[in-house]
Amino acid sequence: MTAPAPHPVLSVRHAHKRFGAIRALDDVSLDAWPGEVLALLGDNGAGKSTLVKCISGIHMLDEGEILLHGERVAMTSAAAARAAGIETVYQDLALFDNLTPAQNFFAGREIAFPAWLPRPLRFLDKAAMRRDAAEVIDRLKVRLPHADAPVAMMSGGQRQAIAVARATVFARNIVLLDEPTAALGLREARKVLDLILRLRTEGHAVILITHNMEHVTELADRAVVLRQGRKVGELKPDASNRQDLVSMIVGAEA
Amino acid sequence: MASSLDRATGGTAQAHPGGGSVALWLRLLSAGPLLILILLVFGVALVTPAFLKPINLGNILAQTSVIAIVAMGQQLVILTRGIDLSVGSNLALSSVIGGLVFQATGGTVPVVLAMLATGAIVGAVNGLVFVYGRLPHPFIITLATLSICRGLALALAPGHTTIRGMPDAVAALGSQTVLGLPLGVLVVALVAGLLLVLTRGMVIGRWITAVGGAPQAAVSMGIPVKGVLVTVYVISGLCAGIGAVVLAGRTDAASPVYGQLLELDTIAAVIIGGASFLGGRGHLGHALIGAVLIGVIRNALNLLNVEVFYQMVAIGVIIVLAVEADVLRAHLEARARVQQSRGTA
Repeated sequence: MTAPAPHPVLSVRHAHKRFGAIRALDDVSLDAWPGEVLALLGDNGAGKSTLVKCISGIHMLDEGEILLHGERVAMTSAAAARAAGIETVYQDLALFDNLTPAQNFFAGREIAFPAWLPRPLRFLDKAAMRRDAAEVIDRLKVRLPHADAPVAMMSGGQRQAIAVARATVFARNIVLLDEPTAALGLREARKVLDLILRLRTEGHAVILITHNMEHVTELADRAVVLRQGRKVGELKPDASNRQDLVSMIVGAEA
Repeated sequence: MASSLDRATGGTAQAHPGGGSVALWLRLLSAGPLLILILLVFGVALVTPAFLKPINLGNILAQTSVIAIVAMGQQLVILTRGIDLSVGSNLALSSVIGGLVFQATGGTVPVVLAMLATGAIVGAVNGLVFVYGRLPHPFIITLATLSICRGLALALAPGHTTIRGMPDAVAALGSQTVLGLPLGVLVVALVAGLLLVLTRGMVIGRWITAVGGAPQAAVSMGIPVKGVLVTVYVISGLCAGIGAVVLAGRTDAASPVYGQLLELDTIAAVIIGGASFLGGRGHLGHALIGAVLIGVIRNALNLLNVEVFYQMVAIGVIIVLAVEADVLRAHLEARARVQQSRGTA
């Protein structure tokens, strides 16, 4: 399915990040390839979320570098990461309850005109944004009974789907998902998993943080395990090595 | 487009999700302030026929115009989960600066510009100190500027009292009418129109709503939250400056004691009008309906010879009812959400 590419979409090289005395990331390296789901595993506090935040521009690395298609990039802000085609679905979803799905899709990057005005003073092209959002919602087969209502009125699964769909619209390079199914029931989680599979089929690189080992075996092409800020293992997960993965995560001898 | 998205619930799709009685109640709640206003007008008209006389209605609108203008700015601040306590003092200071400029120059344009600029500058101070001073809430800084502006207004006004006289064009705001409407009311319409374009049509308006709905998400999505917040306080200050022009025009004077308790009236107008005090929810219509509601209640109680103290009591009671309605709405929306996830998950 995946054509071999010369460079990984995203490479993290020797990432270090400290918060005071705590080494949140200690010499972590990983690669993400197009059309591949990379699972990022680890117990609470292992450094998964920190790594995601460094890639998505919320935090900056103390040392180490991030490469996009083999070229070094400086991820200085969330806006810079998004401009580089890196989209993140945060644990808290970062949705605006008082906006509709289409408005949520384009929050912070509205389609607006004319170009010669400063961005805040441009006029919203609401029709274009509604049309584009509807197209993506349709393509990803997300079912939203009330596409013009504020997302406050929507269920957990629908909200999650909106957040994932939003990321896919703009992700030219990679989608990061931080525990996208943690708050969902079985059926709703299933829908989000299907969305992730569709992302992979469409050739996106996906980095998935999850605690659910079943999801890892089902979805992930590779798994990277972090423990106490260090990368302690990398393997292709399948049913036979699930126990090894769990041992790596908790740090017990296999 | 919408029809393809509506199929999940078959033919029962409605503007408000949730269906059934919950949706009905939500609609009633959102229409509540306007319904109450209409009922109130009918009720008062029945009891005191003098209420509907054109001159009385004109009075209500004229008296409401300042509250309405300043409340529209306040509404944007409250939309972003903030509060602007300085609007009344800001209005007084703006009028005094305008009065001083009038004494010095006698020109119309410098007077109006001085009032608008003073209002906007005070607003900018509020916004900049709140955002870059990393204050947890704008309550404190706007409380400080409430005091500072009132003090400055009293100190700067010659004799610490009213400055008589305004340019003719400004005084016309109070004395002239167009199509039977006081000119001040047209200023309300003008400000409402401009703010409508800004909030509904422009990117900055969408950002203001987004910041009010989820400040943290706005940061994650790369919206310049600090700039948005400063802008909102500048707009609120500018509205206070516009209010100063209208009030100075109506009274043909500037005064350091103008706008006392205007912060309470405008906050009350926004809340009574149906905006959420918790932020994220509300539009200009809420501020306008709330301002007119307050004007009608005051006027009605005046006509009925109810002592002025009870007007304050009445408005306080209505504020409590409005906030409870907001709480009820949040509760109903949570119910609607549960129904939603059962129906389609």
